[in-house]
Parts: sequence; structure tokens; C-alpha cells
Amino acid sequence: MFFPISGAHISPIYLATTGFIIGILGGFFGVGGSFIAGPALRLAGLDWNFAVGTDLAHIVGKSVVAVRRHRALGNVDLRLGLIMAMGTIAGAEVGAQAIQMLKRAGNVNLVVSIVSIVVYLSISTFMLWESRKTLLSPKGRSQRGAVKGAKSKKDHSAFGPVTRAIQRLKIWPMISLPASGIRAISLWMILLVAFVGGLFSGFLGGGAGYIRMPSMVYVLGIPTHLAVGTDLFEIIISASYGTFSHAVKGNVDILIALVMHTGAAIGAQIGAISTQYFAGPKIRLAFVPLPLIGAAIVIYTMISGHKL
Amino acid sequence: MKKETARTVRAFAIELAIYAVLVIAYFFLVLHLLGQWLYELETHRRYTYAALAILLIIGQAVLLESLTTFLIRLIRGRSE
Repeated sequence: MFFPISGAHISPIYLATTGFIIGILGGFFGVGGSFIAGPALRLAGLDWNFAVGTDLAHIVGKSVVAVRRHRALGNVDLRLGLIMAMGTIAGAEVGAQAIQMLKRAGNVNLVVSIVSIVVYLSISTFMLWESRKTLLSPKGRSQRGAVKGAKSKKDHSAFGPVTRAIQRLKIWPMISLPASGIRAISLWMILLVAFVGGLFSGFLGGGAGYIRMPSMVYVLGIPTHLAVGTDLFEIIISASYGTFSHAVKGNVDILIALVMHTGAAIGAQIGAISTQYFAGPKIRLAFVPLPLIGAAIVIYTMISGHKL
Repeated sequence: MKKETARTVRAFAIELAIYAVLVIAYFFLVLHLLGQWLYELETHRRYTYAALAILLIIGQAVLLESLTTFLIRLIRGRSE
């Protein structure tokens, strides 16, 4: 199929299948999946700038489908999502500025590659340690089986004491998040988590859900299911902003995004529905390979010199 | 339990087949017709194209989610 905007010839089946796989991952883990979609579009012959912009547009559509499904399951905290969107957009702008500074210094590729590898490996290692420890604990053992429905949203974490200490910090203004079961938390902590996520999004590319979703669980104390749904809601806003910005710069082939999304729409629903059959620590344990895939892609590009 | 799983898988397979036919028709009818117009828009009116791109992807998302939900209800309703 010929796509006139980017001038690329790509099989629609390839695009729909890629969208389907990323849709499942996104719906289940609350990530955009750009670490797979970007290289997949690049492999199909799309220029890098189009791969980044088009992927963002596809992420918007996939997240809308997943959020509608998560909302029906009670997994979306709209208040938290709206606050986080502000912090994410601010962070993304700062991250993009940092990239421009590194470009001028002439060492952008090396710095971004090393930072991303360290971040990806740290997240995976930490989540592997925490989820295993939680699952082996007496409270975690009670969550090991496949639990369907609202019961599965009650979350335990081996990192819980640190999370509770963060929640006790009284930095005005304090807000409550009834949908997430949090009585009071500093607004600044939420904005900080969102800002850091946005910073990595602007710095490393993609939606940075692999940082934001774990941060919401471990730093803010949001139950895993709600973190997945709310992160997706927040991604709709921040990725729409990114899509608009890239489209104005001529980096979005919306036809490719629409075709990819036909597969993602089904995948995102499967992923979202599947979350209700797994307890929080199990979702977190299954999340561990995702940042490792991102790290492997970066290491490959560093060694081979290819830009996927 | 096994019977229920088999029914769910069968319903999903039927849903996927109907969905695939509808999506293929959509590729050739809608996207093929839209292609040239969107290309012209992207070349000459970038801001309009950017806003339309977001509206299109959100619109398609809502449409496909409603379609799949409808198909699931329809197929499950008949199989029960």
C-alpha cells in the first residue's frame, strides 16, 4: 500500500499486526510501546522523523481505546491523569531542550544511549526485585492466583514503607485522590513524578510509560491497575500534544497511524481486559522484560552503528 | 470451565474474522479516498492537517472501540 504523505510503500498487514502487538502491551502495561513501534516503522522503511511522529499519533488512538475499556473496569483516575499531563508536558519540553543542548555539544547519541541503557536496566532490576519480594511475602502470596474483579486492585508492594513515607510528606498544597484510594498527597510529588516522566519522554523519545507507570506505583502509591489505566489517560493528552507538534513539523503520516491503529484497537482491548485476571505484583513482574527490550535495541544500535 | 473457554475463543475468532472483513473494506474505501486529500492538506495547510490528524485518530479509536464492543455483545448474546 502506498502512503503519499511519507512516500512509503508498506504492507497494511505488517502495520496492523505491529499495532496489534503494541496494543496488547499498551493495554496491559499502560505504556505507549514506542520502543517497539519506532524500530518497527523504521524497519518498514519509514524515515526516522516520520517513525517518531507517526508512532505518537498511533499511540493517541490506541490509548483512547484502552482507556475506554479501563474506565469501564474502574481503572482510571481522571483527576490524577489531568494533573500529571501538565507535569509531563513541562518535562517533555525541558527534555527536548536538553537534547538541543547536547546536539550543539556534539555528543547527543552517546549520552542519550548511555542514559537510556542505565535507566532501562535500573527499572527492570528494581521491579524484578520488588515484585518477586512482594509475591514471596505472606500478603503477596495471597495475591498469587489469577484474581478477577475489584479484589485484584488491592495492591501490596515490598516498597510500601517508602511509598507511605512519601505520602506523609506535608508539602502544601495537599490533595486527595479518592479514585486511587489516597487520602492526601502533596501536589508537588505528583507533578514531580509527571515532570520526570516527561523529561525522559523528551530526552529519550516515546511516551516514557516505562518510567511513569512504575513511578506512579512506587512513589505515589497508586494501585497497579489504576496506574496502568491512568497512565494511558495521561498519554492521550501528552501524545496528542506531541502529535500536533510533530505534524506541524511535517513528521506525521496519519494514514499509516490509522492503518496501524486498526490492529491496535483490538490488541488494546485484549490487554486492558487481561489486567483484571492478574494481581498488581504479577503485572509488575511481567513488566520487567519491557525496559530490557528497550535496552537491547539501544545496545544493538550502539554496537552495529545502525539506527533502527 | 473448558467449555466456557472454548466458547470465548470461538466468539473471539468470529469477532476477529468479521472485524478483519470490515477493516479491509475500510482500508480500500475510506483510507484510499482520503489519501490524496490529506496529502494536499499536509503540503499546503500544516496546522489544519495537524488538528485533523488528531481528530481522525481519536474518531477512529471511538468508532472501532464501539464496533468491537458491539460485535462482542452480538456474538456472545447469540452463543448463550
